Amino acid sequence: MSLRGVAAAVGVGELAPQRYTGNATILDLLSDVANEAMADAGIERSQIDGLVVHPIGGLPGFVPATVAEFLGLKPTFAELVDLGGATGAGMIWRAAAAIQAGMCTTCLCLTGTRRRQRKPRSDGPKAAAPTTPRSITPKRDQSPAAEFDMPYGMLGANVGYAMIATRYTHEFGLTDTQRAKVAVDQRKNANANPTAIFHDQPLSIEDVLASEVICEPLHMLEIVMPSAGAAAVLVTAADRVADAQQPPAWLLGAGESVTHSSFAQAPGLDTTGIGIAARSAFEQAGVQPADIGLASLYDCYTIMVLLTLEEAGFCPRGEAGAFVEAHDLTFAGDFPLNSHGGQLSFGQPGMAGGMSHVTEAIRQIQGRGGERQVAGLELAYAHGNGGIIAEQTGLVFGAQR
Amino acid sequence: MSVRLIPPSSELTQPYWDAARREELVVQRCEECGQRPFPPRAHCPECGSSALDWRKVSGRGTVYSFTISHRPPHPVFTDQCPMAIAVVELEEGPRMISNIVGCDPVEVAVGMAVQVGFEPIDDSDVSLPVFTPG
Repeated sequence: MSLRGVAAAVGVGELAPQRYTGNATILDLLSDVANEAMADAGIERSQIDGLVVHPIGGLPGFVPATVAEFLGLKPTFAELVDLGGATGAGMIWRAAAAIQAGMCTTCLCLTGTRRRQRKPRSDGPKAAAPTTPRSITPKRDQSPAAEFDMPYGMLGANVGYAMIATRYTHEFGLTDTQRAKVAVDQRKNANANPTAIFHDQPLSIEDVLASEVICEPLHMLEIVMPSAGAAAVLVTAADRVADAQQPPAWLLGAGESVTHSSFAQAPGLDTTGIGIAARSAFEQAGVQPADIGLASLYDCYTIMVLLTLEEAGFCPRGEAGAFVEAHDLTFAGDFPLNSHGGQLSFGQPGMAGGMSHVTEAIRQIQGRGGERQVAGLELAYAHGNGGIIAEQTGLVFGAQR
Repeated sequence: MSVRLIPPSSELTQPYWDAARREELVVQRCEECGQRPFPPRAHCPECGSSALDWRKVSGRGTVYSFTISHRPPHPVFTDQCPMAIAVVELEEGPRMISNIVGCDPVEVAVGMAVQVGFEPIDDSDVSLPVFTPG
């Protein structure tokens, strides 16, 4: 059993990431992109019988039903995906699997987050230390590891990815300049993407290296900027593809891996779930990494791109630093990578950030990349990564079934 | 004395913190298969046995990886930054998050030998395992 050629993505809707979204609710944003995806594909609301969403802050439960009612859908397949940054990619193969199982024929995959301006929770020299030193008990239950992580400042993702960079550098060697090259080439792509949050701002290696070191060795400009937005993808069955007005981006292969939750329990850098997910996706598609014309790789941090390049098999182990130096990673280069700018330059609107790697792969395969179109593209690989290299999903898209 | 974020413990994890107050580092050990799961579990993640016993470990380990955080991950850490946050691999196998203290953070390196110590936390009965070079 394989998902190869079972279904195709035929429509996308995506908001340009913004820093803040004012008073719009998450349902407003999801509704915007859902309707945009329907219009894009030329598919009627009544044809949608599958819905995949993710947990939404503020909605304690019943998320698929809440979203379905808001959008006027009555799906026969309703699913919740909770894989952090791998959620968007994880939705796509689940949609195809549901189609294969006969549970639906056209499935709407929705991601997004709203963001209101507020006083920063922490960060920066302006944040004052508590005036009365005391231990603090969080209000909510945390993961089982929280008790053993939080007292040490193991909070958020910066610390974990910085430790990945430290370990990688120790094992294989990696320079600040090599990491910065990823951010800089992706920015060139964003400069050709009008919807990217950093579209108008050029970036140099020197800029990256001159930015504040947040967690050694990672600089501010190697770290994704949280933003708000939403993204939708319509996946439809092979025999429905002709109903859509856009060319299909065929799902040819998918792979997934969940290896841990707390970073201290992560496998070694040579046995991550990245490789497990990617190898499954390539095997199912019957293609090799070398066949891929666009790598759309989750990039919460520069180090994540480097790790994924070699774990997914685009370059030999330990050679990611030399690989990015040797290749032009722009959409017009010899190894097109994150042609939308990646989340580092496009923006990270919550789960829609991970989905942006999927929407970009789809648009590029459909030949709708505009100014940043990768010439002659036949195969694209999209990778999602959740937590601190905890959840991985890989997808291979092709122009031909 | 220092300031930290201290989440509440549970019935499962209390023996770890009780031992820390005695300045002992303990980790569960599976009586069936010898696995040392961490963080604590109800059942051995390897063989499923519920015969998990708390055993004192040497307190010696090495730095598997680390970062020096220049920004406080939370406001309570403001006065402690830059701080060395690390994954320590215990001699007995398990890896845990900790801080490397008792040295200039710039001296911390991957592979460095470290030894557990215990830091009393302000306004609490918690004694927090941390690691120092040596």
